[in-house]
Formats: sequence, C-alpha cells, structure tokens
Amino acid sequence: MVELALPKNSVVGAGKTWPKPQGASRVTEFRIYRWNPDDGANPRIDTYYVDRDDCGPMVLDGIIWIKNKVDPSLTFRRSCREGICGSCAMNIDGVNTLACTRGMDEIKGAIKIYPLPHMPVVKDLVPDLTHFYAQHASIEPWLKTDTPAPEKEWRQSPADRDKLDGLYECILCACCSTSCPSYWWNGDRYLGPSALLQAYRWLIDSRDEATGERLDNLEDPFRLYRCHTIMNCAKACPKGLNPAKAIAQIKNMMIERQF
Amino acid sequence: MAETQQRLEDRRPLSPHLQIYRPTLTMTMSIVHRITGAALYGAFFLLAWYFIAAAAGPEAFVWASWTLTSIPGLIILFGATWALFTHLLGGLRHAIWDTGAAMDEKGREALALATAIGGVALTLLVWFAAFSLR
Repeated sequence: MVELALPKNSVVGAGKTWPKPQGASRVTEFRIYRWNPDDGANPRIDTYYVDRDDCGPMVLDGIIWIKNKVDPSLTFRRSCREGICGSCAMNIDGVNTLACTRGMDEIKGAIKIYPLPHMPVVKDLVPDLTHFYAQHASIEPWLKTDTPAPEKEWRQSPADRDKLDGLYECILCACCSTSCPSYWWNGDRYLGPSALLQAYRWLIDSRDEATGERLDNLEDPFRLYRCHTIMNCAKACPKGLNPAKAIAQIKNMMIERQF
Repeated sequence: MAETQQRLEDRRPLSPHLQIYRPTLTMTMSIVHRITGAALYGAFFLLAWYFIAAAAGPEAFVWASWTLTSIPGLIILFGATWALFTHLLGGLRHAIWDTGAAMDEKGREALALATAIGGVALTLLVWFAAFSLR
C-alpha cells in the first residue's frame, strides 16, 4: 500500500547536538538518525562533529570515531570495512550505500545518515532484515538438479560461467531493495530487486535443472511484476550490479517459455 | 518473554523513505508517467465532451468551443497535450526497457532525459503548428 507519510510513532524529531571536538582544525558535521527502543520516544536526529585529522576518510570511519570518542550508544552494523560483507548499508546523503566505501569528501555539507528506508528499525541505524532474508530464501538460492550427481563437480563451459558475472557478486546488503519505491509500498508481497537478481542468477545457471519450477514460483502479479523499472536499485547498488536488468530478463524468460 | 518481544516489534518505527531519498531522474520520470497517465483520463473526458457537444448541435458546440478556447481552457489543453506526449514517450521508453535494452547507466539516464525533453518539445511543436495554421 502506498503511504506517503510516516506513521505517528515514526515521525522524526529534533535531537541533541553533541559538543565539537576541542582544538580540531578540520571538522565534519554528521546528522544521524537515532531511535532507542528503551526510552519510548520518537526517532530524532542527533548532530555530531568529527575531527577529520583524527579519523579515516570514509563515512564508516566517521561513525566509528563518534562511537569511540563521543557517544558509545550510537548503534550500527559493520564488519569488513572494505565493501564485501554488506553490513554497513545505510542511507547516506539521500542514497543507499555502504558506509565503508563512501568517502566523506564525496558529500557536500553535513553528512546525513538514516537507516535503510522503509524498514522497521531495531535501533538507530540497524534495520530489521528478517523479511528481506526470508524473501531471499524463498527463491531457493542453491543448485537444484534431477540428474544423478557427477563423480566430480558439476561442469560448466567458460561461456556459461560468464553469464553469472554481474549476478554472483551480490553481497545481500539490501541497498537496492530498500531504495525501490515498489518495494516500499508492496514489500510484503513483491520480492524486490535483491531477491530477484538472485532468482535470475539461478535461472540462467547452465547447471541448474529447475528453471521451469523457478519461473512458476515467480509468475505472480506481485512477486515479480511489481517492478516498474524505476531503476533506483541499479543506481544504489554499491557493487555496480543491475537488478533492474536481471528482472527485465526474467520477464523475458516468462514470455519466451510460452512459445 | 514472547509477549515482550511482540510488543517491542510493534513499537519499532518505520525508517523514513520518500522524505529522505534523493530524487533520481528515472524515479521522477516513473512517477510523472503515472501522473500523466491518470491525467489523460480527465483529458479524454474533455475530448469526448467536445465531440458530444459537436454532435448535439450548434448551441452546445459554441459553449464547448468557447470554454476550451478561453484562457483557463487553453492552459488545460496545453497541459493535456504535454501529458499526452510525455506519457506516449514514457510508453516507448518502457517498451525499450521491456526488451532489456538501454538499462545500463548511460542508456537509462539518456532515455529518461529524452522523455522529459521530448514531451515538452513535441508539445511546443504542436502548439506552434496549431497557432501558425490558424
């Protein structure tokens, strides 16, 4: 359902401005979404100042600096700090991306950070991804075969292997799905760009033998066809993948199999 | 415990979405496509009314013609022309994307921009032609 406004308990209010670091010559302002499940209050925006001479260059370095030096209660997910784990996905400067691969200098003015859009918030910048993961599981992201397993590995020609490029690199960070207005309004039933990119990754795998069954599972006005080529997914993907195109190709497979 | 968990999940706020997402060109043209599509329902009611008035006789036609050529009428007609061309080009853009073509960064931006500019250009062209033929 399209609901343009936020529910009452989700309306964001003004928060606290934390003191500037003393004696710092280069300072960057951060405005960060905060919500604490324990105090019963609405979400708010806190303002922090980061001493750039005491801190690494990435947005993730900035928020780790805040957590270490200013406000230990600031909560976010992070792990690899090099764009491969997908944990630090958040909305930075109005676009979904990874905090670890977005440089502070790429952003003009104050750095505004929100959790991934249109998601239930667990705390601060941590969204609840349960449903997102369940959708990924629903496309059965593993090799399905009927023929007896070969003695060694399932073989694939280099040309067939190349078809997986641009698909297998997905790190499940959820930047794409949570950038998609269709997913915002119908995320309960629409699978979203991320799960559909993975669905396509198994549909075109030459070793997989469940193509028809997989397509049957997607043949649904919501699961697949809520994609209206808005293209925010492809723009947001921090790995440069193109879920919109994968979805278009699934739709074409649906048409082709009718002939 | 289970009850506490449930209540906590109910209390969770929804993170901001439209309010904070930086508008993109393709996203804007997508919503413009929907709005112009809806507006064309109204435009075609006007067109039907115009034809019905023409069939109903001179009095009705004079009234319809006068309304549509008044200043507010002309503004509405101009908007309807723009909606028609923008929606038409949007349809072509979607037809191209349906094949899977032009979905890379360059292609999608170019097509979205072409829809926006083309809609305005065709509208101006038609109105220029209409007024010069008068």
